[in-house]
This record gives sequence, C-alpha cells and structure tokens, in this order.
Amino acid sequence: MEVVRSKRGGSKEDFRARQLSAQQMLRGDLDGQALEEYVEKRMLLTKLEDAQGWARKNAIWPLGFGLACCAIEMITVIGSPRNDLSRFGAEVIRFSPRQADLLILSGRVSIKMAPVIRRIYEQMLEPKWVIAMGACSSSAGMFNNYALVQGADKFLPVDVYVPGCPPRPEALMYGIMKLQDKITNEPELGWRERYQAEGTEEYRAEGSEDIA
Amino acid sequence: MPDATGLELAAQRVREAVGDTAVIGTDHAHGRARLDVDPPRVHEVLRYLRDDDEESYGHLSSLHGCDYLPEEPRLGVHYELLSMERRDRLAVRARVTVEDAVLPSVTDLFPTANFQEREVYDFFGVVFEGHPDPRRILMPEDYVGHPQRRDFPMGGEPVLFTFNERKLPRWYD
Amino acid sequence: MTDPLKTPYREREKSISLDATSGESPISSMELEPETEMLTINLGPHHPATHGVLRLLCTLEGETVKNIQPIIGYVHTGIEKSCEDQEYWKAITFVERMDYLAYYFNAYAFCASVENLLDEEVPPRARYLRVIHMELNRVASHLFWLGTGALDIGAITMLWWALRERDELLDLFEMSSGQRLHTRYFQVGGVMEDLPPGWEAKCRRFLAEMPSRIDQYEALLDENEIWLRRTKNTGIVPVEQLLGLGVSGPLLRAAGNPWDLRKAMPYCSYEDFEFKIPVGTVGDNYDRYRVRMAEMRESVKIVEQALDGLPEGPYITGNRKVALPPRHELATSMEALIHHFKLVTEGFRVPPGEAYVPVESPRGELGCFVLADGSAKPARVHMRDPSFVNLQALKHMGEGTVIADFIACLAMLDPILGGIDR
Repeated sequence: MEVVRSKRGGSKEDFRARQLSAQQMLRGDLDGQALEEYVEKRMLLTKLEDAQGWARKNAIWPLGFGLACCAIEMITVIGSPRNDLSRFGAEVIRFSPRQADLLILSGRVSIKMAPVIRRIYEQMLEPKWVIAMGACSSSAGMFNNYALVQGADKFLPVDVYVPGCPPRPEALMYGIMKLQDKITNEPELGWRERYQAEGTEEYRAEGSEDIA
Repeated sequence: MPDATGLELAAQRVREAVGDTAVIGTDHAHGRARLDVDPPRVHEVLRYLRDDDEESYGHLSSLHGCDYLPEEPRLGVHYELLSMERRDRLAVRARVTVEDAVLPSVTDLFPTANFQEREVYDFFGVVFEGHPDPRRILMPEDYVGHPQRRDFPMGGEPVLFTFNERKLPRWYD
Repeated sequence: MTDPLKTPYREREKSISLDATSGESPISSMELEPETEMLTINLGPHHPATHGVLRLLCTLEGETVKNIQPIIGYVHTGIEKSCEDQEYWKAITFVERMDYLAYYFNAYAFCASVENLLDEEVPPRARYLRVIHMELNRVASHLFWLGTGALDIGAITMLWWALRERDELLDLFEMSSGQRLHTRYFQVGGVMEDLPPGWEAKCRRFLAEMPSRIDQYEALLDENEIWLRRTKNTGIVPVEQLLGLGVSGPLLRAAGNPWDLRKAMPYCSYEDFEFKIPVGTVGDNYDRYRVRMAEMRESVKIVEQALDGLPEGPYITGNRKVALPPRHELATSMEALIHHFKLVTEGFRVPPGEAYVPVESPRGELGCFVLADGSAKPARVHMRDPSFVNLQALKHMGEGTVIADFIACLAMLDPILGGIDR
C-alpha cells in the first residue's frame, strides 16, 4: 500500500471554502451530493490487512538483545546518530520480550544459550519476526565447532538473514527494510502457520510439572 | 624474565626449600623461563615462590591448561607468576596424566585462580583438590567430556559442497 | 549417564541448583535473622544492564545485595579449540573475535606470541602503526564503555555522543583495513598494509577534536547529581584484595596501584612515547570513570606522538617465509609466487615452543599463550582475558550495596562477554 502526500494548492478563497464545508460537516448540515463529495475527497480505501501491515511495518519494536560482536554494530545502528533507526520506525527498543516483536539475533548462539533464546522467543507475542544478524547466527560462520549451534534456524524460524562478520550498520538496516517488505506482503498469520511448523509445540516429558 | 642462570638458581633454591624432587626440570627458551614441578607439590612450590623466596613472585597473572597429545604425561597446567616489584615473570608448569589428572588447588594462595581452575577443569578435566566450587564454568552443567582436549572431536557439522553432497548423512533433508 | 538429549530442555537449562538445602545454594551458607526475607533474583542472561549474556544470581535483602553468583558461558564459542584447526595466519581472524571491543589487542597479543616463537623482528614502522591502531582502539573501547555504562545509570545522551566519536574512529579503521570491526590489520611480522593517503590528515583532525569532545562528556557528567550519587563511594574494594583477585587495568589503577604494562614492561616500542598513567585515590566507581577518561586523553597524546615520529621503512617484515610478498612481485618473480602459494596453502611452520605475551588491553592484562608443536597449526592458543579475571571482583564490589549501585558497579567493571566466555 502506498500513501502519497501532496500539497494542497489553491488560493485563500479555496481554503476558506474548505473550512466552511468542514464546519457544515461537523454541524451535520451537509447532505446528499455534497456529503458524498466530501467523503470521497477525504477517504482512503484499503483492505484491513494492508492497513494493518502498513502500521506494523512502520512500528517494529526490536527486543534489546545482544549476543556478541554483532550486538556492538546493532547498538551502533540504534544509538549512533549516523544511522538513525527511527527513520524506519524501529527505534523503540524494548527489553521485555512481552513488548517486543522483532528479535535480532546479533552474534553467535552457543548450545548453552539456545534454550534461553528459544524461551525468549516463545515469550514474545504474535506477530513476531526474527532477524539472524551476522554469519554466526545464520550458519555459525567460521566457528564450526562443538560449542555453537550451527545456525539459529535449527531451533527458531528466521525471517531475514543478514550476512557479514559483523554486518555493517547499513546491512542491518537493509535487512530491516527487507523485513518491512515481508511484513506488508505477508497475510496475517502466526509463525507456526507461516513456516508450516505445526507440531512444534514444546514436548513436555511425562511426569514433568514444568509448565510451558 | 630471569635469564638461564637466574632460572637455575631459582630452581636450586626451590629444591633446597621444598625438597629435591620438587623441581623436575627447567626450560628457558624465547625469553620465557619455566620451572617444571612435581604435580602434588605445586602448592608448596608456589607458596615458597610467593612468600619465602628471595626473588618472590607475589601475583598469579594467569593459569591455563594445555594438552600435549602425543607426549606423556599429556595434560599440562601453567602458572604464570608475576612480580610487580621486580617487573619479572616466571612460569611454573605441572604435568599430569589423563588417568590421574589431579592437582592441588592454589585458590587459597591466589584467589584469582578460582575461575581459572574451574576453566581448566571444564576444558581439560584436571581436578583441583581443595577448590571451593569445583563445577564447570563455561560449558553447560550436564555436558559430557572435556572439549579442549586434543582427542576430543572438533564438533560442528560437515560443510556441504557439491562434491560431497551425497556422501554426507541426511543430505536429502 | 543418561542421554542429555532425552531430558527436556527446561531441565537441561537448570545450570544451577536453587534448592535451599543443597550446599551450592547462595543462601544456605548465610546466617539469617529469623525475620529477614531473602529474595533471589536472576539477572540475565538477557538483561539490558549485563552488557551481553552474563547471568547473575543476586540474593537481596530488601534492596541490599547480599550475594552475587556470576554464571557465565552463554557465548562460549570454542575459539581456542577452533584456532587449533587453523594455520597461524588464519587464527588471527579467530582470536580477534574474542574480546570484540579490543580486537587490535587480541590480534597483537597473538601475533606477538607467534613472532616470539619465530624470533621474528618487526620493522619499526610496523611497530608504530600497531601502536597507533591499538591506542585508537583503546579510545574506541572506552567510548563504548562510556556510552553503555552511562546508559545503565540513566544518561542516555552519552550513548549518542560517545557513538558519534566512535563512528569516526571506525571510519579510520575502515580506511586503513577495510572493515569496521575485526579488521585483521595486524599480521605476523607487521601489518597488512601501509596507511592509505589521507589517513594521517583524517586521523589528525580527529585527534585535534577529541580532547574537546572529552571535555563535553565531562561537562555533562561531572556535575550531574545522579551520576555522582551513583558512582561516588560505591563499589570500593581494597587494593590488596584486587591484587589477590588478579584484577588489572583501569580497575586496579583506580584503586591507586599504577600497574600498567605499557610502562612497566614496555612492548611494541611503547618506551618511545611520553604518557602518564592516570591513577585514582579512593577506588570507587567515580575513580574508575575518571581513570578511563584520563586514559583516553593519554591515548590521544600517544597517537599524536606516534604520527609525528612515524619512521620510514617497510610495514611488514621482509622474511618471505612468514609474510606474503607484495602483490606486484607476483607477476614478475617466480620465487614470490612460490612463497605466496606456500603461505596461502600451507601456512608457515613454527618451531616447537611456548610463548606467553601479555599486553595492556583497555580492560587490563591480556595475555596470549601459544603452544607450538612444529607444525603449521598451533597446538594450543589460550587468552588470559582481563574481563574473565576481573569478573571475580564483581562479588566484592557489589555485596552490601543497594541494587541500583550494583548496576553502576557492573557498568564500571566493563565486562565484555565475548572475552569472558571466548
């Protein structure tokens, strides 16, 4: 959906006429043809999903979550005056997963951290998205060893992969813009439907009283 | 670093104070002076070097392990001693076998050894007797094995190329 | 041993027992008044104030911190093990990713250890270039500490101001090596490339501007009542205890001990420069802040001196067995081509031996231990990371303070989790 803003031209008299018609509208004096025209001029018609996607796209709240080196570049994206992330409406960093809807996996994911990340992801409310920032969280990068999960997509659905070690701030912003495209075009679905991931609900061992 | 003569003198002083068999050997190479000590007496030697020696070393700057795989005894624990007053360093090494990887803890002498001994235990399986909190530190608590021994596999996953695509397990996934 | 994969992951995640009856529990060893109610809260691994994925089990009585147990290992990457699988010149890339704010220092400590084993002489120009980059890196690291540390105490402007200057530094790094972070500029035997044209002028512009910027930061913080209340007289640890705990770097200097390896045991031609070692008097968080601010000014002076006295000559050793030949020689010289091929495919062999090279990183003594077995790959690489050792002092800094001051202690400790867990 595209919103185009144009400057209203016209003389002082036109402006006065518009003011008057608005006044009449508020009083309830307009009817018939005049009312039709008035509404036509001021309405923007779209589908609800599109409007919702447009709103979501421009109000991403990332989770303030840093893992390793990429977190430094992520903070640079958010905090540095040079790359102002609020241009894309994503500068509101929330530290509680309940309030965030974008998880940026910035750094390497160790086997000790993976369950924690998974739990944070499950605490986030729908709709939620994940960006794997950097080579490590995308594929473990050069650390092909015993300590790391070889790519965060082993235990988490990932929407956008940003390459680099660490990626430049511009690269992360491009990733966020790609995610914005995805959000606008994606129908309203939860992540299990988006990834055909039914049946991935957490397995609870018999006799375990741990609640999900 | 003490020169080669200074190292021998230090070794002699340790032998006289702690016992003849306390120092197994000395090594001086690339400007690094090292005493090889008898593993059970590491604690005594370090106590002597810290407190009583005329050229004492008051600080432990680092403690780390390493694995000399083909050689025996395989595991080695290095104590990098530092004297801030004389601006001097001395390394002490104790080598233990994999089967009997036990060393006395030096946390009572140097509290800094606490985390570092736990790390050596975690990665090499050297048990430090008398350590106040002998648990793993970096790997998960239930991890099996000591991953930085040289006979522990590197882990990870085989990289998929076009030439080995079909040979790797579960390639059809 | 049961198969760990069979247990549900919630079970596996319980890396510490919170059972009050077991000996490991933080409160089991404490003598409690009958009425006191202790509360154990879990800070992290995901917490904004822990600067990464540090997990702290804090036992509180009211708002007073009674016990702190750091639990680490959440970004353990196995870099030391990965290095054993790489040739020496490839391992530089790996060690740089340990302490990710002090990458030049990591690379220097590793390269110096390998040079030590090879008995390789580094040309003077390369030494000066290394000093320039390390000191700029120190400023960048302290700036990041200042931004995030002040943010923890509520001064959000500092984050933007500090990152503004840090971006200029990263531009300089990018200009000289092509990357912002993890530049891999230092090679065994020298540095990768000479300074590009225009770098020096740009660097001098930055150096001329930086002291006035530090004045700005101090103007914002030095008389800020919140900042002063949070930092003054909090987190004091006696200097003897710090020495016993092996703490080094700004934390030790803030307590009054002027131990700085750049002065005490000069390496990499630090003896050529005139600079002072800032020292604190009380050892509280305010002193830690002042020491780091003064260190930035001194680093700027060192870089100025190094640029003034930058010697002419090669920027990397001429030993073709260790350093890659220059690109233009490949087209004309057969030998250069052979050396290039041997180095890239096989690397260079290092004679058997051990080396431990300590350097003064922004957080203290960073030592690199390299064990060579005669092959082209190191048998063991270990980093004595200052954050890892300094973290042991957190317990002593934080106990007995209120929890808000404890966050200030943590910020002033400046732990880098990549360095702690490696």
